[in-house]
Amino acid sequence: MRSIRYREAVREALLEEMDRDEAVFLMGEEVGHYQGAYKVSEGLLAQFGEKRVIDTPIAEAGFAGIGIGAAMTGLRPVIEFMTWNFSFVAFDQIISNAAKIYQMSGGKITVPIVFRGPNGAAKQVGAQHSHAVSPFYVSIPGIWVAIPSTPRDAKGLLKTAIRDDNPVVFLEGETLYNVKGDVPETDDDELIPFGKARIAREGDGCTIVAWGSPYYTALEAAEELAKDGIECEVVDPRTLRPLDIETIVESVKKTNRCVIVHEHWPYGGPGAEIADQVQRRAFDYLDAPIERVASLDLPMPYATNLETLVLPTVPRVVEAVRKATYAR
Amino acid sequence: MLEKDARNTPLPLGFATPEPANDPALSLFRVLRDDDTADPAKDPVLSDATLQSLFEHMLRVRLLDERMMMRQRQGKVGFYGAVTGQEACPVATGFATKKTDWIFPALRENAIMLVRGFPLSTWLAQVYGNSGDVLKGRQMPSHMSARSVNQVSWSSCLGPQLPQAVGAAWAAKKRGDDMVAVAFSGDGATSEPDFHTAMNFAAVMNAPCVLICQNNHWAISVPSSKQTASKTFAIKARAYGMPGIRVDGNDVLALYAVIHDAVERARRGEGPTFIEAVTYRIGAHSSSDDPSVYRSDEEVELWRGRDPIARMDRYLTKRGLMTRAQRVSLEERIKAEILRAIREVETLPPPPRDSLFDDVYGTRPWHLEEQRAELARHEPVAPHD
Repeated sequence: MRSIRYREAVREALLEEMDRDEAVFLMGEEVGHYQGAYKVSEGLLAQFGEKRVIDTPIAEAGFAGIGIGAAMTGLRPVIEFMTWNFSFVAFDQIISNAAKIYQMSGGKITVPIVFRGPNGAAKQVGAQHSHAVSPFYVSIPGIWVAIPSTPRDAKGLLKTAIRDDNPVVFLEGETLYNVKGDVPETDDDELIPFGKARIAREGDGCTIVAWGSPYYTALEAAEELAKDGIECEVVDPRTLRPLDIETIVESVKKTNRCVIVHEHWPYGGPGAEIADQVQRRAFDYLDAPIERVASLDLPMPYATNLETLVLPTVPRVVEAVRKATYAR
Repeated sequence: MLEKDARNTPLPLGFATPEPANDPALSLFRVLRDDDTADPAKDPVLSDATLQSLFEHMLRVRLLDERMMMRQRQGKVGFYGAVTGQEACPVATGFATKKTDWIFPALRENAIMLVRGFPLSTWLAQVYGNSGDVLKGRQMPSHMSARSVNQVSWSSCLGPQLPQAVGAAWAAKKRGDDMVAVAFSGDGATSEPDFHTAMNFAAVMNAPCVLICQNNHWAISVPSSKQTASKTFAIKARAYGMPGIRVDGNDVLALYAVIHDAVERARRGEGPTFIEAVTYRIGAHSSSDDPSVYRSDEEVELWRGRDPIARMDRYLTKRGLMTRAQRVSLEERIKAEILRAIREVETLPPPPRDSLFDDVYGTRPWHLEEQRAELARHEPVAPHD
């Protein structure tokens, strides 16, 4: 094991998969000569050349479609959105095409494509640049949605995504690129399977389900609560579709309480889906209503004093756990 | 780091005319000639006061950008998009339109608001997103807008303003209003579907609008030669069925002439025009960008030699409309005015906390009221709230 940054982990996955399989290529805005807007593709152009690291005109719908066409005919594209906010222009290509072609072709044409890029709020980038997009994509049958929180998961899940024959929406945390963490050596070729949650912290006081940036907020809150004797079990689903509901339910059966922490808005989305499944599968085990800590239900403001109030915070997670454990 | 991108040599387009043609979409419309005189055949013949005012506005934008980039580097401002080298187009547009016309800008046309009389300190408050900001701290810096001067915000995602402008123009025609909508994009956004949709609808609907592409040669690191295979951007208009005009984007008089003509043509009901303003982004794309990794210093220097402010300076001097002493005192006056505005704005408190829950809907729904109460319970209230 060595400690590397999330950004480097994503880059290593790309590099190793491009090295392993000539059909894999990277396409998007600024991915080549500029080395990626977030420097994820640093050095890839030099190593693989312009045939496999492709800078595009500014047209997300265009290069999403180009990628889908290439995937239908045998290549394995990795399409980078400079941020997921820009993917909305390509909605029709992803939702009505990438997700449907396999089914509509009677299972004859696969679309092995990965759409990836930074997701969620960064610092002070306002309403149009701060979307946590998982609710939009997770509701679409025919695509997988991976949302790694740690460098190790980022690398192992991306390698799996590239080898999967289904379209994958791969949501990297815009604020996580500098996070460091242990990642196996490059010759380990670790693949992390989709649909397998990871228990990040064990405990029997309350289950906290969290992913993406708020995963770290949840861990911090768990440490805070431990000081008061409430030991939380933090479960990171790692992929939101397929969802490892079993691991979550098993945890809830042990703790009898569940708090879900996510960056996306509270109305619908994977947070609501998990709450629904837990209440049906573990109703007899629950000692309190399931709590959810989400972003406030409004477009992101720019002013920093307001922005920090919108995203899930440690105090809000602590309060939700206290409520679920009747410890207020 | 990679070698400097080989794609960039020879220099992209520049002022070279792709074809010796009289075709306005392929040639370059200029008024200010290399000897710093105005071409009498094309000169819009503006009053001395207007000429001086055009210069003053361009200089103000340049000095503002310099100061704000400094504040950004000092950590006082989160983000800033300077327009250095491209001051002529927004300023000319401010003069060539009526205040009742609507502006749908891209990143580098915020200064039109100032030309239209929007107060400098309020404009600057937007950059700080504080309680002096009419947008209530909601929008990123350099995304100014104000209903009072009929200017909307540009979209962080490229292109949406273009069909919106066409829609606004079409609606004006339906209402019998003589408003014209003027929309902007860069060269990069011409690749987006919204650009093509806007061009098509504008022509089909005969909408009273002017679509202006500021071709500054670089979309972050992607040169315009990688953005389009067309000889010019202006030529694209032909396929949609409207006039396309290629104009020197560093020549404020040429810009005024072309934009004013197009706006008045639209107002007379004669349809839309597409204008390509050939210019150059001297600075970075934004405060988050470092252009030295993708383009050469020689190229930047070449374009510094075509600086729109220096050209107008020489023209005014040659015509006896500005002395050196007047030039110096003008700059001092503007600098003092900017510093005063910054001082005034930087002391303002951030937006009040409860404003978070306003303007999501016209009236605050119950669930936001609930969130507000919940927030008040577990987040301590800062003194300014």
